Amino acid sequence: MNINATILGQVISFAIFVWFCMKYVWPALIGAMEERKKTIADGLEAADRAVRDLELAQNKALDQLKEAKQEAASIIDEAKKRANSIIEESKDKAREEGDRLIVSAKAEIEQESNKAREELRTQVATLAIAGAEKILERSISEEDNRDIVDGLAAQL
Amino acid sequence: MSSETITSREYITHHLTNLTYGQHADGTWGFAHNGQEAAQMGFWALNVDTFGFSLALGMIFMFVFHRVARRVTTGVPSGMQNFVEMIVDFVDENVKGMFHHKSNVIAPMALTIFVWVLMMNIMDLVPIDFLPKLGELFGLHFLKVVPSTDVNITMGLALSVFCVVVFFSIKQKGLGGFAAELAFHPFGKFGLPINLFLEIVNLLAKPISLGLRLFGNLYAGEMIFILIALLPFWIQWALSVPWAIFHILIIVLQAFIFMVLTIVYMAMAFDDH
Repeated sequence: MNINATILGQVISFAIFVWFCMKYVWPALIGAMEERKKTIADGLEAADRAVRDLELAQNKALDQLKEAKQEAASIIDEAKKRANSIIEESKDKAREEGDRLIVSAKAEIEQESNKAREELRTQVATLAIAGAEKILERSISEEDNRDIVDGLAAQL
Repeated sequence: MSSETITSREYITHHLTNLTYGQHADGTWGFAHNGQEAAQMGFWALNVDTFGFSLALGMIFMFVFHRVARRVTTGVPSGMQNFVEMIVDFVDENVKGMFHHKSNVIAPMALTIFVWVLMMNIMDLVPIDFLPKLGELFGLHFLKVVPSTDVNITMGLALSVFCVVVFFSIKQKGLGGFAAELAFHPFGKFGLPINLFLEIVNLLAKPISLGLRLFGNLYAGEMIFILIALLPFWIQWALSVPWAIFHILIIVLQAFIFMVLTIVYMAMAFDDH
C-alpha cells in the first residue's frame, strides 16, 4: 500500500488513452450512430408517407371503381333502351310491310277475279248464244235478238 | 492451530502485496521480496503487477473499440459493434444528461473511465488464486491482479480527472475567476480566509474521495474473496458464489459512479456560479 511511481504511470496512460479515445474512437462511433439514427428516422418518415399515399391511392381507386360501375350501368341501361326501341321499330316496320303486302295481294286477287269474271261472262254469253242459236236455228236472227242475249249476259 | 493462523496471515499478506520493482536499500534495482522492502523503495518504484494489468486492460479496451470504430457501419451493426455502441450510447446519454456545455473531451474521457475502470474491476471476478499461482510458475512471487485495489491506480485516475477539472475551470473562468470562486464563495469577501480554507478542502476532497471510494470498495471486495479462500475448499462455493454475484453489482456500480462524478465535476468546472 505504498504511494509510488505507479500513480504517475497511471496518470500518463490515462492521458494517452483519453487522447486516443478522443481522436480515433469516439468521433467515428458517435458519427456512425448519429447517421444511423438519421437514416432510421428518414426511413420511418418515408414509411409513414408511403402508408398515407397508399391510403390515398386506395380511396382514389375505390372512387374510380364506383364511377366506372355507374358509367357501365348507365351504358347498359341505354343499350337496353336502344335495343327495345330498335325491336319496336322493326316490329312496326314489319307489321306495316305485312299490311302493305296484304293490301297489294288483295288488290291483285280482286283484279284477277274481275278479269276472270269478265272473261267468264263473255264466254257464257257466247255459249248462251250458241245454245240459243241451236235451239232456234234460223227462226231467230242473230241481229234481232242481240239485245236479249246481251241482257242475259249482263245478268250473269 | 497456531501454525494455521500464521499461514492464514501469510496468505492474506501475500495477496495484498504488490509485485514492486525499484531500488533496494543496497542500491541495486530489482523486485521487492516483501512488503517492507517495497515500502523502503520509496516513491521511485513501480507496482509492476497492477500497473501492468491496468495498462493491458486499457490497451485491450482501446484495441477493441478502435477496431470497431475503424470498421463502423451505419447500416445494421453486428455483434461487437452492437455491444460497443450500447456502451457508447449509455455514456453519451449520461454525458448529455449532466453536462450541458460544448466540449469534445468530456464524452471520450467518460467513456475511457467507465470502460477502463469496469475492466479493472472485473478482474476481481477472476478466481483469486488463479493468476498468482500462474505467476508463481513464471517466478513472480507477488501478483495483485485487480488494478483498482491498488490505491496508486485509483488515485492516478482521480488526480488525472482533478487536473482536467482544474484546467477547464481556469480555461473557462480565467485564473481570476477560479481564484475568486475559491476566495469569495460561501461567505463573501469579508470571510476570505475561511472561504479559502473551506473551498480548498472542498476542492481537494473531490479527487481524494473519488479515488478512495473506488479503491475502498474494490479492496474490501477483494479482501472478502481472500477470506473466503481461507475456508476449506468444499465449502468455499457457498460463500464465494453469492459474493461474486453481489460483487458484479459493485463492480458496475463503482465504474458508473466514477464516470458520473467525473462528468459532474466537469459540469461544475464549466458552470458559472
